[in-house]
Amino acid sequence: MSQHSADNHSHDHGHGHHEEEAHGSIKSYTMGFILSLILTVIPMVIVFNDLMGRTGTLAVILITAVAQLFVQMWFFMHIRDEKGPRYNLMALSLGILLVITIIAGSVWIMSFNSYTQ
Amino acid sequence: MAQHIVSPEVHEHHTQEQESLKTAGFWLFLISDVILFGTLFATYVVLVGHTNGGPTGKELFEIQGFVISTFILLTSSFTSGLAVLQMHAKNLKGLIFWLVVTILLGGAFLFIEIEEFLTLIHEGANIGTSAFLSAFFVLVGTHGIHVTLGIFWCIGLIIQLRKHGITTVTKRKITNFGLYWHFLDVIWIFLLSVVYLMGVM
Repeated sequence: MSQHSADNHSHDHGHGHHEEEAHGSIKSYTMGFILSLILTVIPMVIVFNDLMGRTGTLAVILITAVAQLFVQMWFFMHIRDEKGPRYNLMALSLGILLVITIIAGSVWIMSFNSYTQ
Repeated sequence: MAQHIVSPEVHEHHTQEQESLKTAGFWLFLISDVILFGTLFATYVVLVGHTNGGPTGKELFEIQGFVISTFILLTSSFTSGLAVLQMHAKNLKGLIFWLVVTILLGGAFLFIEIEEFLTLIHEGANIGTSAFLSAFFVLVGTHGIHVTLGIFWCIGLIIQLRKHGITTVTKRKITNFGLYWHFLDVIWIFLLSVVYLMGVM
C-alpha cells in the first residue's frame, strides 16, 4: 500500500511538472492577479488625482491597458503554451490587426468631418 | 477486421485530439468577438463627443461604481483561473467551489451594472438621448450580455460536472469557459480605460 502510494506520488510529481508548464500554477495565477491589480490601480490613481496632463494621462491609460492585456494572456490564458503550430496566436494577431485598422481608420476618417471635430 | 477494433487508449487519444481542436475553434470564436467589440469601440470613440446638448460622461459616471465592479471582475477572472487549476489537480469539489465563487462575483458585477443603467435612465440619460449614450449603452451592454451568458453557461457546466465528473469532455468545456471569462475581463479593462477613465478625466 505504502509502495503504491509512493509510486503514485512520484508519478503525480512528474505529471504535476508537466501540468505546470501547460496550464500554469497557483504561483503564476497569483502573480498575474497581482500584476493586473497594480496595472489597474496606476491609471485610476493618476486620473482621480489629476496627477498628469491630458496627453500623459491618455498615454498611461492606454499603456497600462495594453500591458494588462498581455498579463492576462500570458498568466491566465497561457497563449504561449500551445503545442505545434500556434494557430490561436496567428488568428489573434490577425484579429488585433483588424481591430486596430477598424478603430484607427474610423477615428482618422471621421476627423475629416469638420462637424465632428 | 482486427484493425477496426479501436483500443480504449487509442480512442481516448482520439477524443483528446478532437477536444483540443474544439478549443482551437473556441479561440476563433473569441477572436471574432474581439472584432465585434472593436467595431463597437470604434463607434463609441467616434461618437463620444456627440452629446446632443445632453449630459457627458464626466457628469454621468459614478467613480465608486465602476471602480468596485472593476475589482470584482478582476477577482472573478482570478477565481476562474483557480477553478481551472483545481480541474487539473482532479479535485471536483474545489473546481465546483471556485466556479460558484466566479458566478457570485459575476452576479455582483452584473447587479452593479444594471443599477448603473437604471440610475442613468432615471436621470433621463437613456439610449435615445444622444449618439454618445447610444454608443455607450450598446458597447457596455454588449459586454454585460456576455457576462450574463457566461453565468448561465457556468451554471450548466456545474450541473454537467456533478453528473459526469471531470472527464476529457468536461475538461475541455471548463477550459473554454475559463478562456471566455478571462477574455471578458480583458474587454472590461478596455471599457474601463476608454469609456470610464477617459470619460471622467
